[in-house]
Order: sequence, then C-alpha cells, then structure tokens
Amino acid sequence: MARLVVDGVHKIYPALQAGQDDVIALRDVNFVVEDHEFCCLLGHSGCGKTTLLNIMAGFEETTAGKITLDGTPVGPPHWTRTMVFQDYALFPWLTVERNIGFGLEVKGVPEAERARIVAEHVKLVGLAGFETRLPHQLSGGMKQRVAIARALAVDPQVALLDEPFAALDAQNRGLLQDELVRISLATKKTMVLITHSIEEAIKLSDRIIVMTKRPGTVKANIVVDIPRPRSEDDPRVIALKKELRALIADEREVELA
Amino acid sequence: MPSASAKQGRVRFGWLGRWATMGVLLLLWEIVAGYWLPRGRPELTTLLPPPTAIFKAAIELIGSGELLTHLWQSLRRELIAFAFALAAVPLGIAMGWWKWAHEQFDPIIEILRPIPPIAWIPLSILWLGIGNAQNQFIIFLGIFFPLLINTIQGVKNVEPNLVRAARCLGASEWQILKRVVLPAALPQIFTGIRIGFGVGWMALVAAELVGASSGLGFLINDARSLLKTDVVILGMLTIGVVGLVLDLLIRKIAKRVLPWSLAAQK
Repeated sequence: MARLVVDGVHKIYPALQAGQDDVIALRDVNFVVEDHEFCCLLGHSGCGKTTLLNIMAGFEETTAGKITLDGTPVGPPHWTRTMVFQDYALFPWLTVERNIGFGLEVKGVPEAERARIVAEHVKLVGLAGFETRLPHQLSGGMKQRVAIARALAVDPQVALLDEPFAALDAQNRGLLQDELVRISLATKKTMVLITHSIEEAIKLSDRIIVMTKRPGTVKANIVVDIPRPRSEDDPRVIALKKELRALIADEREVELA
Repeated sequence: MPSASAKQGRVRFGWLGRWATMGVLLLLWEIVAGYWLPRGRPELTTLLPPPTAIFKAAIELIGSGELLTHLWQSLRRELIAFAFALAAVPLGIAMGWWKWAHEQFDPIIEILRPIPPIAWIPLSILWLGIGNAQNQFIIFLGIFFPLLINTIQGVKNVEPNLVRAARCLGASEWQILKRVVLPAALPQIFTGIRIGFGVGWMALVAAELVGASSGLGFLINDARSLLKTDVVILGMLTIGVVGLVLDLLIRKIAKRVLPWSLAAQK
C-alpha cells in the first residue's frame, strides 16, 4: 500500500531581513494520491511544487499541516520515498550498476540478491550493455534512466520525480515519458512528478494537481481516466489540454497583475 | 590539406621552441662562465661554474651515490611527514561537514595557518633537536594546511543533491560521509595534496639547511661552506627537478584514481 495524503500543508519561509515579508510558499494544500496512482503536480515555477516534493521526501518540514504515507506522518528522508532529480544527481565515481545498487548496498542487501535486483532494473530502464559505464560516458537521457532505476531498485512506496525531463531535448523527453508510462504500469508504484508541461502531465497522469502561483494552493484536482497510450488526437485529450491551459493561463494573468 | 600540415608544422616548432630558449641560455651561461670569466675575472669563476662543470659534478655525485643518498633522505622525510599530514583529511571532512567542528577548529587554524613553516624552525629545534623529527615536523606543517583547507572546501562544494539522493536511498550519516562526501571531495583533496607536497618540499629544504646532517638542503649548505658552487647548483637543480617529478606523479595518480573527475568538473 502507498496512499499519500497531503493534509492542510502550510510552508512559510521567515523573512531573512527585517522589513521584508515572510514568504508563504504553500497555503493549505490538501489532496490525496491513491495507491498505485501516477500524480503530476502542474504549475508555473515559483508555485511551491518543489517545496511540496521536498517535504514529501523529508528534505524540508511543514510549517503547519502534515503529509502521511499510509497513515504515518512522513519524517526525515527514508528509502520508502525516493527521489529522481532534474540534474540526475548520479554518483559520478560509480558505474551504472553501482549507482543503481547504491540503495541496496547501504541497506546491506546480500550481493547475489543485489546483483539480481540491479540486473532486473537495468533491464527495466533499457540500459543493458551499459552496466559498467561511468555517468559522464552517458547521454542525458541515459543518465535519467539510471536515476529512475536507482530510485526504484530499493522498492520504495513512493517515487518522487522533480522535473526529471526538463534538461532533456524534445526527442529524448518524449521517449523517456513513454518509458516512464511503461515503467509505472509495470512496477505499479505510486509516483508523484513535478512538471510545468501540460503535455507531459496529460501523457503520464492518473491525477493532475494544478497549483496556483505563490502562495501555492491547489487550484484543481483532476482525475484522468483516459486509457493509455493516449493519442494527442483523442478528443478527450484535446479537451483536457484546453481545460488545463485555461487553468494555467489564469495563473499567468495573476502573475502579470 | 594545408590546414593540417600547418598545424603539424606548428606542433613540431612548438616542441623545438620549448627547448630553444633554454638551450640558448645554457649556451650563453657556458660561454660566460667557461670562457669569458676565466679570462676577464678569474677570481669570480668559483661563484659561477659553467653547466659542463655542474654536469661533471652530477656524474661524480651520482657515481659515488652521494646525491641519491641525500635525495632519498629528503624524500623519506617528505613521505613520512605526508603520512602524518593525512590527518588533515578526516579533520577537514569534519570541519566541512559539521558546523560545530568548523566553529571550534577554524579560529585555531586561521591563526596558525599564516605562520610560514620556516618560522617554526627555531622552536622546533628547541623542542625536537636537530634531525629527522624536527625536519619532518616542518614539512608536516607545509603539507597539513593546504591539505586541510582544500579538504574543507572540497566537502563544502559537494553537490547538495548527491547528499539528498544518498539520504533518500537510505544511507546513514556515516555512510554518506564515507560513500558520498569523501569521494566527491577527492578531486579537491588531491589538489590539496599537490599544493601541500610543493609547500612541504620547499619547507623541507629550508629545514634541512638549518637542522639536518643529510638531505638535499644539507648537501647544498655543506657545499657552500666548502665553496663548491657546482654542487650547490646541482643540489638546487635536483630539488627543482624532483619537485616537478613529484607533482607530475601526483597528477598521474589522480588521473588514474579519479577518471570521472575531469569529465564531471567540465
């Protein structure tokens, strides 16, 4: 089970200097990510979505409210909630294999077992043949595959993805998005992904949380039950895209005003 | 292709050019010290022996084993001091990682660091007497501080997301230090080792000038008192060449040990 409940979360950064205002990053954020669900947090930069993800991971704490995973409040970072970073954050001195096996290694999983799980995940993300490469010998897309495999290899309850494809070129991005759909269907993991791309959110999500500009709140909570693979020509996709565009455009006006 | 041949020509000329100036200077030196001085100012010839005389001295001292003995003494001191100075790595990691460690140790370090190792020579002679221990202490100071400062900086420059990644994958504080912070800081630690070896090597010679009965510093000071300027210069050149070789060696090792670091730093 992995049901993630965001319950009345506020996050306020105190002013750094006297005379400045406190920064309210998140205000009363509430939503639920169901077990096995792929959830996208969609919003402009500065809407606090990264803050929210960091709180889920345990890198930051809430000012008020709580996030629970299967009823237990999330605490400091734990392997049950792993993160995939935009800049990959691979250990540059470790081979692909050992990057993927890092979590298992620090957990003390016996070597034979570890090798089996690593091999399985190398296959899952399509990196067979690259096991002994170092990260700097890989392309951006391949690096992100390693990072995804590394995050899944410890068998977390939730995988958190912080704009994982933002640094990739359009072609690789599309490819990796398709791969991630396949991986999420295959592993049935609960996933939370941050993006500012409407297309990405539609392609991947079971649920889309649209967030407002600062202070970040939930503007819309949309369940997407369009069967996959989702064609861009599907009228339901077109309608959803229109709806999301309108929601996001509102936010841009708020920004300008 | 014209461009390729032009490039090749430049490379060849570059290789020659690197030695051309040096060759001309050596030749000038030989003419001045070997031909002009003995005829014009013979009383000055002992002060500036020609390159050929130094070469002769080199063959003689290498043949007798004297040069290598002194060189080995100096190298041994440097290496022993280096082994002790490696204590700067754990201290630097602690200072770079834990704020309290930095707060506690930084004031002490900041006061001690600007004191040149050479300024410690008088006190160290009183404490340790003349000999290996005193010499090694001076070299130790030369290596320790650059290594410490670079280790601290290396730890502070570790990408925060690497630490976060390790943390959410389940690594404990100790595992993070050992498996993430230390390797991530290694390139800068190697920089510290290179600088430290250089400073240590300079300090070593100074220490041996005053407080040793062997080593390259002792060799040149001893030769001075006997007015054997060819040996003095030979000793100086040996110090220079060995310092260069040490530096190249450390760089080679760094490349071998950290194949990922150059690419990652790009």
